[in-house]
Amino acid sequence: MRRFLSAHDRKLFLTLTGKDLVHMKGYRKYFTKKVVWFLITFVAALILNFILPRLMPADPVAAITGKLVGSTTDATASARIYERYQEEFGTNKPMWEQFFTYIGNLFKGDLGTSFSQYPRKVNDIIASAIWWTIGLQLPAIIVGWLLGNILGALAAYIRKGFDKVLMPLSLFLSSIPAFGMAVILLVLFAVNFKIAPVSGAYGFDMIPNFSWSFVWSVITHYQLPFWSIVLVSIGGQAIGMRSMSIYELNADYVKYARFLGIKDKKIVGYVFRNAMLPQVTGLALSIGTMIGGALVAEIIFSYPGLGSVMYSAVTAADYPLISATTLIITLMVLIVTFILDIVYALIDPRVKAAQFD
Amino acid sequence: MKNTLRQVFHSGKFVAGFSIFVFILLMMIIYPLINPGNPLERIGVGTFAKPGTYVSLYDSVSSDRETLRLADADENRIKSMMSMEDRVSMVAWFTAMDISVEGVDMNDTDALLTMWRENYDEKARPAGMTKAQRNFYVRLNNSITSANTAEVLSVTETNSATGEVVDKGKIDKTDYVNVGDVANVKTLPLGTDNFGRDVLKELVSACGTSIWIGFIAGIVATLIGLLLGLLAGYLGGIVDDIIMFVTNIFTVIPSFVLLILITYSLGQDQRGATTVAVVIGLTSWVWTTRSVRSQVISLRNRDHVNLSKLSGHSLMRIVMTDILPYIASYVVMAFILQVSSGILAEAQLSLLGLGPKTTEVPTLGLMMNWAMLYSAHLNGSWWAYFPVILTIAGISFSMNLMNTGLDQVFNPTLRD
Repeated sequence: MRRFLSAHDRKLFLTLTGKDLVHMKGYRKYFTKKVVWFLITFVAALILNFILPRLMPADPVAAITGKLVGSTTDATASARIYERYQEEFGTNKPMWEQFFTYIGNLFKGDLGTSFSQYPRKVNDIIASAIWWTIGLQLPAIIVGWLLGNILGALAAYIRKGFDKVLMPLSLFLSSIPAFGMAVILLVLFAVNFKIAPVSGAYGFDMIPNFSWSFVWSVITHYQLPFWSIVLVSIGGQAIGMRSMSIYELNADYVKYARFLGIKDKKIVGYVFRNAMLPQVTGLALSIGTMIGGALVAEIIFSYPGLGSVMYSAVTAADYPLISATTLIITLMVLIVTFILDIVYALIDPRVKAAQFD
Repeated sequence: MKNTLRQVFHSGKFVAGFSIFVFILLMMIIYPLINPGNPLERIGVGTFAKPGTYVSLYDSVSSDRETLRLADADENRIKSMMSMEDRVSMVAWFTAMDISVEGVDMNDTDALLTMWRENYDEKARPAGMTKAQRNFYVRLNNSITSANTAEVLSVTETNSATGEVVDKGKIDKTDYVNVGDVANVKTLPLGTDNFGRDVLKELVSACGTSIWIGFIAGIVATLIGLLLGLLAGYLGGIVDDIIMFVTNIFTVIPSFVLLILITYSLGQDQRGATTVAVVIGLTSWVWTTRSVRSQVISLRNRDHVNLSKLSGHSLMRIVMTDILPYIASYVVMAFILQVSSGILAEAQLSLLGLGPKTTEVPTLGLMMNWAMLYSAHLNGSWWAYFPVILTIAGISFSMNLMNTGLDQVFNPTLRD
């Protein structure tokens, strides 16, 4: 939703979300404030992750017991299984005690045991999936962002024909859901033209190692998921950059610079630098949505990342695994947002000068 | 108001988006009138029947016949009967006879048949071919050329009481029936899905449910966002701080994650379409809040608002008459985006297996989920998923267009 807000809106956002930038005495203070915010949101995420599932009427342990016991009618057996699970997951203890156990385990780096892949630890599952997700999504989102911004800036600068074609096209591209783009690319290139593999992250007959054939297999498997995420994110970014650039091109300082007879090339440089800034915050603010879409796209390709882990966890009602994936994804989004905030402060001189507003 | 509307409908983008949306809405209303019935009814026993018109074989046997002598009938019949295995065998024969098969396209029936007729020789003994294999080719050749000889199908009826088989007549190769005379003809423009359901009927119904979900989610999110944004922006101070604290937290925590946690905890039985919609709305108010708040802050110190305050008007009245009309356009734009992202959120949830329960209504996301579960994308059943993707993209596209149009009307700097 963020990506379609108008340029004027974004400016306002900036001034207002930038409220914390006002009266700042410099970068260090800004940094401290961002760290504090990071911690606060992280704690909030932890609490939500803990409390939301427990607020609900359904008892996850009962559900799991039910699934496990199945058609067995032996009441004592199922009661014993239920108690055993209650013990293991600690649901028989008071809420606050559960919370502290949960936090304690987290700090020990223990995310619990998976139900569906018992006795595999959730840590192992996440650890084997997370690098695929980061390796896929981080480059894809960055490339999509860059390409989108270049196209949007060009559209704003050239206008006329290019803009007339590019705008509706970007709008349509960004309307296609990430999973839809994934399916279309998969069917076109993997099923019909057979120039790309259908699923997975490497050949199914391979064992991960550092041989050339394995690396090549990873590269070929990488293409379709990568481009499906890139294509989807280009559209939204291009639209944002275009309206931001037009907004800047109409700004007073541009007119003034033209009066002064400054070369067009130089003005354009300034304009796009100014238009880029909100795009960085834009990325920080939309990264959550983008990752969400990209995770679903992973499922289409059976890419062994967090999206697929979450999918199998949901289908198998593997409660600890779901909760761990959501937590890890939140943490990833928080970290990326944090980094972008810091980058933003580095490239926006106003933060350093502290003369905002 | 009238002026604003006229202005809005002068924007080409808005009108284009609006037309697409109205077209989709009209389809949703009109199609069920033409083709009534339960969209979840399983009409096909198999999975993924191809799109097209299905003619009852049983009824066509007893329909009135006409004899038509069509020149290309035999040729067409042979072509439709030539299976892939036959084609592969033919090419194998050529290879065994050292006839160059370079440039032969197995899917080009005409070229393959001409080549076969020119080259096949019953008496030839390709090297390394057994008698059984040679006989196979004789049969294959017969089946390809025998279309010229008169073969007649006979229809029999089995008496269920005695088990006696009664001859009911013959079917000639030149017998034709008029499709209009056949009692049962069913057109499935988009075939059937994995459950044997009529995809088009299901799609129209799913489209309606998804738009409903989008609207509910949009209304919930917009109401919460509007209320919080107005409070934070107009009152300021501690109220603003608290609301913004919460809003900032929820800006960073991805709503997608919250959505997964809540819908999963709700459990499959609790998840009706409307419940899912409300949950989506509850997790996506953040942007509206921020947007409304920033607008209100820029408004609250304007002269007309101050004048109202000095006149002693109540808070309610100031908000209703002096603030809301000014931000109405933003709220409408935000609402449109909420609707389209609500539809998308439902689709993503359903793909994860967390969508509305599957027994009541189809949604676009559920259709997509089913198609993926039954590998429609791998077995070539494009009709099961492509129309769904196109519909989702079409709805979001129309809404985004409307939004861009509105944006240009209300933000003159963006006009072309």
